[in-house]
Amino acid sequence: MPTADELKRRIEAAIPGARALVHDTTGTGDHFRAEVTAPVFAGRTRIEQHRLVYDVFDGDIGGPIHALSLTTRPPQ
Amino acid sequence: MTETNPIRDAITEAIADHPVILFMKGTPEAPACGFSARTVAALQSLGAQFAAVDILPDPRIRQELSAISDWPTIPQLFVEGELVGGCDIVMEMYASGELAEVLKLEGPAEPVAPPADAPQADGLQIENRLA
Repeated sequence: MPTADELKRRIEAAIPGARALVHDTTGTGDHFRAEVTAPVFAGRTRIEQHRLVYDVFDGDIGGPIHALSLTTRPPQ
Repeated sequence: MTETNPIRDAITEAIADHPVILFMKGTPEAPACGFSARTVAALQSLGAQFAAVDILPDPRIRQELSAISDWPTIPQLFVEGELVGGCDIVMEMYASGELAEVLKLEGPAEPVAPPADAPQADGLQIENRLA
C-alpha cells in the first residue's frame, strides 16, 4: 500500500528540484493530496504541470492510488 | 481490415460536438464521487450549460477517455474540444475567476434552453444540463 512518504520520495526523485508535501487524506493509503513546487513548472500550464506529476506514478493512479489531488506551482 | 473502436470514436465525437462537456462519475443530480460533485457544483454556480457523461457504466469509457486526453483521473472538463482540467484545476480556476472566463460567462448567466435536438454520440449517455 503506498504511503504519503513514498509518494513524496517518488515525486522528489523524479522531478528535478521538486519539493512535495503529501498527505494521506483518508488514512487508508489510497487517497492523497500533494502540494508540489518545482522549477520545471515555470512557464507551463496547470495541465502540463499536473501531467508531469501524474507521469511519476505512471499506471498507479486509478490503480493502487485511487485519488491524488494536486496543487502545483513553480518555486517563488 | 481497419480496427474500429466505437467507444473511442463516440468519445471523440462527443468532445467535438459539445462546447462544454464533463466526463464524471455519476450524473450531475447524483454524482458518485466527491471530485465529480465539486466540479459539477462549480459549473452550476456559474450558471454554465454543459453536457455530462457518466463514465461508470462501462470501464472502457474511462480507459479510452484517458488514452485520448492523456489524463488519468476523473472528472475531466473539456471546453471547445480542449481539456481544461480535473477537479483540482477546475476549482483553482473557479476561485481565480478563470473558469468563468474560459466558459465566457460573466457572473450568473441567463438560463438558455438547450437545443431539443442536441447531437448524441452513439453508445454514450450524454445529458445536457442547465444549472
